[in-house]
Amino acid sequence: MSTSSETETETETETGTRTGTSTGAGPGTGAGAPGRGTRLTLRDAALGRPDAAAVSGVDVDVSPGEILTVVGPSGCGKSTLLRTLAGLLPPLAGTAEQDGRPIDGPGADRALVFQEDALLPWRSLRANVELPLAVQGLPRAERRDQATAWLERVGLAAQAGQLPHRVSGGQRQRAQLARALAGRPRAVLMDEPFGALDAQTRAGMQDLLVEVLHGTGATVVFVTHDVDEALFLGDRVALLGAGRLTAVRDVPRPRDRTARDDPARTALRRDVLTSLGT
Amino acid sequence: MNRSARYALRIASLAVALGLWQLLTSQDIDLWLRFSQFPTVTDVAHTFADRLAGPDYWTDLTDSLTRILSGFLLAAVLGVATGVLVARSRLAEDLLGPVLEVVRPIPAIALVPVAILLFPSNEQGIVFITCTAAFFPVLVSTRHAVRALTPVWEEAVRTMGGGRWRVLGSVVLPGALPGVFGGLSVGIGVSWICVISAEMISGQYGVGYRTWQDYTVVDYPGVFVGMVTIGVLGWLTSTAVELLGRRLTRWLPRTAQGPAARPKSARSGAAPPPAATAGRKDSIRTRPEEARDEHLVRD
Repeated sequence: MSTSSETETETETETGTRTGTSTGAGPGTGAGAPGRGTRLTLRDAALGRPDAAAVSGVDVDVSPGEILTVVGPSGCGKSTLLRTLAGLLPPLAGTAEQDGRPIDGPGADRALVFQEDALLPWRSLRANVELPLAVQGLPRAERRDQATAWLERVGLAAQAGQLPHRVSGGQRQRAQLARALAGRPRAVLMDEPFGALDAQTRAGMQDLLVEVLHGTGATVVFVTHDVDEALFLGDRVALLGAGRLTAVRDVPRPRDRTARDDPARTALRRDVLTSLGT
Repeated sequence: MNRSARYALRIASLAVALGLWQLLTSQDIDLWLRFSQFPTVTDVAHTFADRLAGPDYWTDLTDSLTRILSGFLLAAVLGVATGVLVARSRLAEDLLGPVLEVVRPIPAIALVPVAILLFPSNEQGIVFITCTAAFFPVLVSTRHAVRALTPVWEEAVRTMGGGRWRVLGSVVLPGALPGVFGGLSVGIGVSWICVISAEMISGQYGVGYRTWQDYTVVDYPGVFVGMVTIGVLGWLTSTAVELLGRRLTRWLPRTAQGPAARPKSARSGAAPPPAATAGRKDSIRTRPEEARDEHLVRD
């Protein structure tokens, strides 16, 4: 099963949020240029912990600047896929590559956003956002300025000094988003980041995500079990189930709330739900 | 209950215990338990006052404190370092684990012969015994605390490009701190047991040595002065450890003291106190998203 032929990205959308990304940037050309997305490739990969492969035969190629959503039932290996791309888990077979080079460990250019409780509870929201900047060795004053700016951008200026357990789940996820983007990663890997939020907060977070990704040009792999979320955010949606990557489909009019009733979108939604067996 | 009422209650608890002691001993009560030979509170108080005026008491005090502090601090550093090492490295666990597990059940005070053989001076031997006593509780609780850390904290730092030392400094040590302080609290207690016992066996000067000397010359009020001194010192040192621990782990979520306490303190960092309520209303009005999240804040 090869899906790498469908890698044409749909960056020119009506929302106009994904400008300046990946107009034919081939493997390797984006390397070193800050603010550009990176190409992530899995070739015939088997993923999982050494004693238990969760998914096998995965072929997927994420173009620079693309948003790929991965949808599937819980326990199907979505998180494993992300952890492999992050470099936290080596593939059991096949290869995981970034811009054509094998991924051999975690790195600052591939940030990971977790479902919940990944903020360090002893650090204020601002200190959490400063952390990737500290890792990169930025001087203190600059760290503080940048972290403050990011928190403002996600609407948390007033909560900057609060500890994570003092703010709501939605605010914690915004802080996590700010922390992930503060390090200027070239890829953002998101593991059901809005999964624990109520529907209303979640829609707001999706809009915020689209807004803050604007101009970063980062490649995004977004894992979710919510089909509607996957179809709203993704340029393409990958379906994972029964230990395999079953399909990768282009999404018509991504990140457009009004496209919900688009016949092409509803047809795709029906297809996705059918193939997920729900 | 307010603060002063709680302090009054604590003082009352001590006063009742002393009163009971005075009553039993001054009346020479012999009801199977024999209090007739027991010194009264006033006897002990008089001896205490005499001792406080003399020079020996203060020498004993500083000697014991020097011994326990050096032993305990050494144990804290070694215990945390070894605990982290054993919890984080399989090699260290295989190399050190068996030795530690065999030595651990041996009571530190049983190491007196070892200390006498190993160390040129009594002083070092006592510090060694105190250190060994506190080492194991610190080691064990550090090991557990490090193993119980949430894996996503480490994964988050590693995906920021953080290496081994960054993970150690930013995740492992601060995250394990609440558990480490559990071990330190236990450790300071057993340190006192061992420093006093070691002084009784082999010390020169020190509260334990003095207490034993008083016993051998049948100076019972003197024995009680020693015991009270040990009790007060032990209480002060463990309170110091406790307070330091609470200060360093202030980030831990705690239950609210009263129904109104938490919302107030949750807001105090966000808006200046005088305008706190007004500021809060404003933020709700101008930021509909903030207001939406508001209902989640205090669940």
